[in-house]
Amino acid sequence: MSYMKGLKCRECGKEYPKEALHVCELCFGPLEVSYEYDKIKEVLSRSVIEKRSPNMWRYKELLPLEGDPSVGAQVGFTPLVRAKNLGEALGVKEIYIKNDAVNFPTLSFKDRVVSVAISRARELGFHIVACASTGNLANSVAANAAACGMETYVFIPYDLEKTKIMGTLVYGASVVGIKGTYDEVNRLCSEVAGKYGWAFVNINIRPYYAEGSKTFGYEIAEQLGWKLPRHIVVPMAGGSLITKIWKAFNEFIKLGLVENNNTKVYGAQATGCAPIVNAVKEGSELIRPVRPNTIAKSLAIGNPADGYYSAKVMRESGGWGESVTDEEIIDSMKLLAETEGIFAETAGGVTLGVTRKLIEQGRINRDESIVVSITGNGLKTQEALEGKLNKVTVINARLSEFDDIVKANGKEYALKG
Amino acid sequence: MKKRVYLTYPKDQVKEPLLYHVGKKFNVVTNIRQASVSDKIGLVALELEGEADEIDKAIQYFIDKGVKVEPIELDIIE
Repeated sequence: MSYMKGLKCRECGKEYPKEALHVCELCFGPLEVSYEYDKIKEVLSRSVIEKRSPNMWRYKELLPLEGDPSVGAQVGFTPLVRAKNLGEALGVKEIYIKNDAVNFPTLSFKDRVVSVAISRARELGFHIVACASTGNLANSVAANAAACGMETYVFIPYDLEKTKIMGTLVYGASVVGIKGTYDEVNRLCSEVAGKYGWAFVNINIRPYYAEGSKTFGYEIAEQLGWKLPRHIVVPMAGGSLITKIWKAFNEFIKLGLVENNNTKVYGAQATGCAPIVNAVKEGSELIRPVRPNTIAKSLAIGNPADGYYSAKVMRESGGWGESVTDEEIIDSMKLLAETEGIFAETAGGVTLGVTRKLIEQGRINRDESIVVSITGNGLKTQEALEGKLNKVTVINARLSEFDDIVKANGKEYALKG
Repeated sequence: MKKRVYLTYPKDQVKEPLLYHVGKKFNVVTNIRQASVSDKIGLVALELEGEADEIDKAIQYFIDKGVKVEPIELDIIE
């Protein structure tokens, strides 16, 4: 049973049927899925959800599918870690890591959106799925499409790092590298979507795709014991995730599953690409596009499609936007790894780095609950750490040489004999 | 044919009547669907209707004037 009503323009409210549409004909505003909340409230309760398998489909009434998902049945329900060591290091009482670095199958939160997008694309009768991406999304689309036997086209800037391309090619996707600037890649992709009529997960399927992000928020609420955090810090690229976490929290409040905790939502960007944060700081409604220059490539979107709405979420919730430099990103990636054993990608360094700044600025109260959103795995962006970590000490296989290392490290250990 | 684009005017072009000129110079119908203008930047969501080559010329005219022309999806790479 589906509770999806249709699509609705976020700007003018005009309603549309639940098809592969994404832009309002009237005002060009983005379309969003609407649901029959009254009916959902009758069937969905904490106990109903708790009895279901630990994956993102335990909230299926709030996802835009007519039937069961055709791919990604195991996606989601990633750990919410109570990060005591990190909390001590930062001098805060209650901090959690929502860890989508271990999301299945491609180690980023994109598996949530993609499993919804591809399942919906199949319901709508598409046979070819495509996306424009610089990394995580490409990996996820290629893997999930392979798992359900769909043909895949992935469009990337031609000079992307080899490691990122490998993680897409291995699934048998057709990868097209486009010679040109970022703008030109975007322009071409929207033209291809218009001409070939394929299911582009982040173009014509976008309203459905974006809804998958809500499960990140639902899980946090449930894993906190059906409570919302006081503060949540979210990385922003196109700005979709932060708006969907906000939507998820508000839906849970509306359905009576959690109480309103006046959660403040904060957006994190890299200083080298911070169009949304700049707008929040300037108190401006307009997002000025920038040319990205940061090691956090998964966040390097200079003209974010949901920038306006993300800024609005931060304003409405009483949150804020902040950014960090490349050095601060690396430093926070290391801090998270060394205190909690979690290796996040560069975007995670951005989010934790911004969290630290917000705590130092006094915007986040040290005694209140804080959730840090980790959205991707560090194994995917290892090149960012090149030359930034300790060197491996190489010795011959002689005990005396190892003794010298211990001595050089200035440490003393109890010896066995 | 119809083409839908976002125009971003740089500061020095905000006061220029570019849409008027485009309508005069090329055989296209310009139809504003949304706009937001300040003293620093101008954003216009525009529909252009006409023959494909006339639309291309109109878009090139905007680009030559320093206006950024994008598909309505904004940046879709992520």
